[in-house]
Amino acid sequence: MSMTALDGIKPLTLRQYFICLWGIVWREGLRFLHQRERFISALVRPLVWLFIFAAGFRQVLGISIIPPYDTYILYEVYITPGLMAMIQLFNGMQSSLSMVYDREMGNMRTLLISPFPRWFLLSSKLFAGVFVSILQVYAYLLIAYFWEIEPPSLWGYATVLPALALCGLMLGALGMVLSSLIKQLENFAGVMNFVIFPMFFASSALYPLWRVKESSPWLYYVCALNPFTHAVELIRFAFYQKFDWISCAAVGAYTAVFLIAALIAYDPARGMLMRKSG
Amino acid sequence: MNAPPPPALAVTNLTHAYGARNALEDVTFSTPQGRFTVLLGLNGAGKTTLFSLITRLYSAQSGEINIFGVNISRQPSAALRQLGVVFQSRTLDLELSLIQNLLYHAALHGIEPAKARILGLAALERAGLLGRAQDKARTLSGGQMRRVEILRALMHAPRLLLLDEPTVGLDIKARADLIAQVRTLVKEQGLSVLWTTHLIDEIAHDDEIIILHQGRILASGRADSIIEKSGAATISDAFALITGNHAERLQT
Repeated sequence: MSMTALDGIKPLTLRQYFICLWGIVWREGLRFLHQRERFISALVRPLVWLFIFAAGFRQVLGISIIPPYDTYILYEVYITPGLMAMIQLFNGMQSSLSMVYDREMGNMRTLLISPFPRWFLLSSKLFAGVFVSILQVYAYLLIAYFWEIEPPSLWGYATVLPALALCGLMLGALGMVLSSLIKQLENFAGVMNFVIFPMFFASSALYPLWRVKESSPWLYYVCALNPFTHAVELIRFAFYQKFDWISCAAVGAYTAVFLIAALIAYDPARGMLMRKSG
Repeated sequence: MNAPPPPALAVTNLTHAYGARNALEDVTFSTPQGRFTVLLGLNGAGKTTLFSLITRLYSAQSGEINIFGVNISRQPSAALRQLGVVFQSRTLDLELSLIQNLLYHAALHGIEPAKARILGLAALERAGLLGRAQDKARTLSGGQMRRVEILRALMHAPRLLLLDEPTVGLDIKARADLIAQVRTLVKEQGLSVLWTTHLIDEIAHDDEIIILHQGRILASGRADSIIEKSGAATISDAFALITGNHAERLQT
């Protein structure tokens, strides 16, 4: 009887990597379908902003012609990219919440004892979250379409997809970093106050940055550095089939930083998870 | 000449501290292949830390862990593939059905979905849960959940099964059923098992025992030989003598 090391253990194949990735995305999709409240609230939140806030502020905030827009636009049109990014922001933070929950409940541990490399497992988890956030964004866009908010050409729906994927990745990676820092589930309210709201309001989601600059130069610089601003602008341009290389480079750089930080946080040797579970 | 088979699990000079407090201090033990080994310790003895290190949730500050001779830090993938784990906390996804839980786990191990479905349904059938394959995990009783967790841990055919206090929160009947289920696996399939507990009545006289106390291994060997060496009459007395604890603190 042969019982020596590595007998019969073949290296994992590319197909097995694919099966693993598929399994993680599939589970995330199933969970999403089962949590109907989560889907509805993910949809209602931006719609409240669109139907109530934007309608109310339409007269207050005049928007001049700024790229990528060629004409005067309605305020609803202006804030739609911001709301698309907001869906992804909430989704990213929600998946970080679910990772804290998973860690407390142990589901995270069943993921981490998989024999695939940890970077692959975490990236797959991230990818699954991005997939769900993109579904939510398109559901929002479908409703917005009937409100006559649409890109200049239907192609806009396609060109915005890579922008959404990149922004989703950035916000998901940020959520993953936060999930390693949050000690307990209850601290999620803090994430709302200290992450979601400041990121959303100190960005170009609701008002163009030149308006911010007029009233407060230092706030302008905060907004200009805010990763969320770049996510909004990348989506805004892509929706109009245009490419804003500055925001793309910024989102790409922030994504890389957050991803590396997340991988370090979950690296067994560095042991960020240690204090929480010991 | 044949070298002796490597132990299912070999832990060597493992030390791990949280800040200034040593949770594990120079822990060395091994569990033989194809045996039911009990890791006995009170709450706070360091069982959970040890478990986290063996499952590579984080790495040990010093020392080595080998699973069937495969080092967990140097070849984590090969080591983890030989390992099935049942965690102390309930880790089934309550929103998913039983078969979906099994399929998800199989995917995490790179098992073809079609094959996974066959394996999963067969496992549920053996456990008498085939009729509930499509039910959500939240509809199960505590004992049934544990049984499904064991089926899940065995989906990828590991050779070593770790169970961290698996009977916590179960009633007497469910506890007995669970122990019997795992002992059968050892007897019939030659599975190697490491079972952690603080409940002395889960030990049989011919089990391998490791006594972990305040981060140190105080004794290891067959239950009856530990009893004999300590000069006690029962394992409970032996435990009290060895750890210097009153027997009452160890629940039976």
